[in-house]
Amino acid sequence: MTLDVAIFFISAIVAVFGATMMITVRNPVASVLYLLVSFAAQAVLFIQLGALFLGVVLIIVYVGAILVLFLFVVMLLNLRGGEDLGQPSRPMSRFSKYLIGALLLVELVFVIRGSAGGTDQTVTGMMGPVVETFGSVQDVGMLLFTTYLYPFELTGVLLLVAIVGAVVIAKRETEREAAQKKQLVEERGHSSEEKVS
Amino acid sequence: MPVSAFLVLAGVLFAIGAVGVLISRNIIVLFMCVELMLNSANLALIAFSRALHVVDGHAFVFLVLTVAAAEVAVGLAMVITIFRNRETINIDRISILKW
Repeated sequence: MTLDVAIFFISAIVAVFGATMMITVRNPVASVLYLLVSFAAQAVLFIQLGALFLGVVLIIVYVGAILVLFLFVVMLLNLRGGEDLGQPSRPMSRFSKYLIGALLLVELVFVIRGSAGGTDQTVTGMMGPVVETFGSVQDVGMLLFTTYLYPFELTGVLLLVAIVGAVVIAKRETEREAAQKKQLVEERGHSSEEKVS
Repeated sequence: MPVSAFLVLAGVLFAIGAVGVLISRNIIVLFMCVELMLNSANLALIAFSRALHVVDGHAFVFLVLTVAAAEVAVGLAMVITIFRNRETINIDRISILKW
């Protein structure tokens, strides 16, 4: 068993374990931390596939920023896993959900096996060696700033819109705004009463 | 390692994420499952990129990561607003848009 295969299997098992635990544990904080484990294992796989830059970006952006944001929200809302989540779904409906997931998995594997059963050597064959600089910052950066310059710039606009949107949506309304809204509701209520009478 | 090994792993992670979306009743866990599915697609893109010896897949993954970050920011802002107004994170009780 070569080192390559060992790294793949260890990372794959950790990634699948983290993902499974994420959807099964009840405590949201533990859920976020299991997702973190899964993403760390996936970053190892990224680096194994030669995507050095993206592996590091995954750690920085996902583990460092997005999951911390999730944790922050979980703690801001003070969730401890004891919240009222309503009635658990009936066994039959839960079984059908797992069945749908299993069918999806079978379907995906079937498609992959199907393409592997053909003559397509890029899927079945062992991956050959790549040039030293494959997936480096220079390599990816060159592509992003030449061929994909337009989409890359658009993501900048998207991030700006997202920041402004997030602030506007999550903003707590001030007392003055609340008072205005209340007044508006009252006026509307009066006018509808007048119409009725 | 053949590419198909990575593709099967990406498929398994995607299926776990899909099951999680179906069974979870906590809106935050549901949201994290969506992130997991996005990232499994990234894994498949990078595997193909490695197999075909082109870096274009890396550029796609970079854009997907950016979009995911934006989506999380807006989504969590919405979760906070919903929790503030309705005091619940149970998705069965946030069904006011459902007809």
